[in-house]
Amino acid sequence: MIASPLQSLFPNIDDWGELGHACIDTLLMLGGSLALTVLIGLPLGVLLYLTGKGQLRAMPKFYGVVSLLVNVLRSVPFIILMIVLMPVTYALVGTKLGVRGAIPPLVIGAAPFFARLVETALREVQQGVIEAAQAMGASTWQIVRHVLLPEARGGIAAGITVTAIALVGYTAMGGAIGSGGLGDLAYRYGYLSYKSDYMLVTVALLVVLVQLLQMMGDRIVARYKRH
Amino acid sequence: MTSVIRFLDVHKSYRVDGREVPALQPFNLDIVDGEVFGIIGHSGAGKSTLIRLINLLERPSGGRILIGDTEMTALPEPALRAQRRRIGMIFQHFNLLASQTVADNVAFPLRLAGERDAEKVRERVDELLARVGLSEHAGKYPSQLSGGQKQRVGIARALANRPDILLCDEATSALDPQTTASVLDLLASINRELKLTIVLITHEMDVVRRICDRVAVLDAGCIVESGTVADVFLHPRHATTRRFVEEALPEEAATAQAPGVAGRVMRLTFRGGATLQPVLSRVMREHGVDFNLLAGRIDRIKDLPYGQLTLALEGADTDAALVALRAAGIEIEEMGA
Ligand SMILES: Nc1ncnc2c1ncn2[C@@H]1O[C@H](COP(=O)(O)OP(=O)(O)O)[C@@H](O)[C@H]1O
Ligand SMILES: [Mg+2]
Repeated sequence: MIASPLQSLFPNIDDWGELGHACIDTLLMLGGSLALTVLIGLPLGVLLYLTGKGQLRAMPKFYGVVSLLVNVLRSVPFIILMIVLMPVTYALVGTKLGVRGAIPPLVIGAAPFFARLVETALREVQQGVIEAAQAMGASTWQIVRHVLLPEARGGIAAGITVTAIALVGYTAMGGAIGSGGLGDLAYRYGYLSYKSDYMLVTVALLVVLVQLLQMMGDRIVARYKRH
Repeated sequence: MTSVIRFLDVHKSYRVDGREVPALQPFNLDIVDGEVFGIIGHSGAGKSTLIRLINLLERPSGGRILIGDTEMTALPEPALRAQRRRIGMIFQHFNLLASQTVADNVAFPLRLAGERDAEKVRERVDELLARVGLSEHAGKYPSQLSGGQKQRVGIARALANRPDILLCDEATSALDPQTTASVLDLLASINRELKLTIVLITHEMDVVRRICDRVAVLDAGCIVESGTVADVFLHPRHATTRRFVEEALPEEAATAQAPGVAGRVMRLTFRGGATLQPVLSRVMREHGVDFNLLAGRIDRIKDLPYGQLTLALEGADTDAALVALRAAGIEIEEMGA
C-alpha cells in the first residue's frame, strides 16, 4: 500500500483525502482573495499616490480621509476584522463559512495593505520621468498607464508577493472560525484534539506554500529589475 | 525674424510653507524662429523655472507666455497637451523609461499622440534612431547605454512628433567634455537641418559659445544681460557674465593681470574676417609702436572666428595706432585702467 510509510509516520492522520481537500481550499481562498485584492488594491494604491501631497492630482483632504480609512482597516487584527465583518460577508456572498465566506474579509483585510505597498512602489518612480511624459503632452491617465505602472512593476510584483504571503497567514487564521482549509485542520485536529502530526503536516504544507510564493515572486521581481 | 516664444511681463514665485518666494523677477523675452537661444546662470538662478514656463510645466504667477500666436497661459488642459506635443524637451538626467527599450522610448510620444499604426511607428523610430546614430541599439534598455547614448535617445524621443521647439534643461551637464561636444554638435545639426528653435539652459559658457546664437544671463531670478553670444561673450558687462566668461577662459584671467608690465594694457578683439588679416603687424609697424603679447586666443563662437589679444603697447604714436586699428574693425578696450 502506498500510504503505509506515511501511515506509520503520521499515525493520527486517517483521512489524507481530507487533507488534500483542505489544501485545495486554502489555494482557492488564496487565489480568489489575491486576485480581488490586486483588483481593488491596485487602483486604490494609484488613487492614494495621485492624490498625495505634491503629486499629479494632489487633494490633501481626500487623501487624508482615504489614508485614515486604509490605516484603520490595516490596524484591526485580521481575526477581529473577520468577526466584525460577518454580516457584511453574509450580505455579499450569502454565507459566513467556507471558501466563499472567507474571501470578503480576506480582501477587505489585504486590499488596504496592498494599496499602501502600491503607493510606496509608485513613489519610487523618478519624478523626472513623469515630468518628461507631461512635457510630451501625456494625460494623467496616460501617465498612470504608460509610465507609473510599467516603471513600478518590480515594486508592485514585490508587493503582490508580500501580500500573497500575508494572505496565507490570514487564511490559516480564518480556519479557526469556520473558513476551512489547512488552518482549520491544524486548529481542529492539531490543537483541539492534540493530534500533533496534523499540526506538523499542515505547518509543513504552509511553509512549502509560502516558500513557493516567495520564489516565484523573487523571480518576477528580478526579471523586472534587470533593466 | 518672427518670435516663436514671447514672455510678456512674466514673473514666478513658489509657495513655500505658505510664503511666496520669488524665483523669477518680472521680465520680457523674445526668442526668434530658428535660433539657438541660451540661458546661462548659476545653480538656483531660476533657469529650470524659466524653461519650464515655456511648456507650462510650471505656471507663471503673472504675465503672458505666447508660443507663436497661441497664448499658452489661456489654454484649457486638452489644448495645452496638444500644444506640448509641438515642443520637445530633453533633460539633464535623460528621464527615459527604464522599463522600456530604446525603440519603445522613442515610440512613446508617438503612441501618446494616438498613433496606432505599428508600421508607421517603426518607420519613424528607425528614422529617428538613424539621425541620432543609435540604430544598432534599438533593442537595448537605457541601463545598457552610456550617458551620451541616453541623451541621444532623449533627443530622438523629443523629435518624434516633429516639434517646432526643442527645450534643453542642462542637457549636457551630466556628460563628460567629449560627449558634451558630440551632443552639442548633434543639437546644432538638428537646429540647422530641421529649422527647429532650440532653447537651452546651462551653467557653462562653453556650451553657449559652441552652439548658441543669442544668450540671456540669469542671476538670482533677473535677466542681467542679453544679446548675441559674440557681444556678450567678447564684451561682458555684468559681473556675473564676466565670471562665466572667465570660467570658460581660466588662463587669460591669470596672465593678463600679471603685475609689473610696462605700457598701456589693451584688449583687442577681432571678429569674423578681421581675424584672418595681418592688420595688427601692419599698423604697429606704420606707427612705430612696440607691443608685448600678454594673452591671446583665436577661437570660434559657433561659426564666427574671433581673436582676442591682450597687449601692452609702448610708443609715442600709440593713440594713432589705436585709431587705425579701430578703423580696421578691431574692437579695443583698455584694461585695468
Ligand atoms: N517646486 C519648487 N518649489 C519651491 N521652490 C522652488 C521650486 N522649484 C524651484 N524652486 C526655487 O526657485 C529657485 C530657482 O530654481 P531653479 O529654476 O531650479 O534654478 P536653476 O535651474 O537655475 O538651478 C531656487 O531658489 C529654487 O529653490
Ligand atoms: Mg535647474
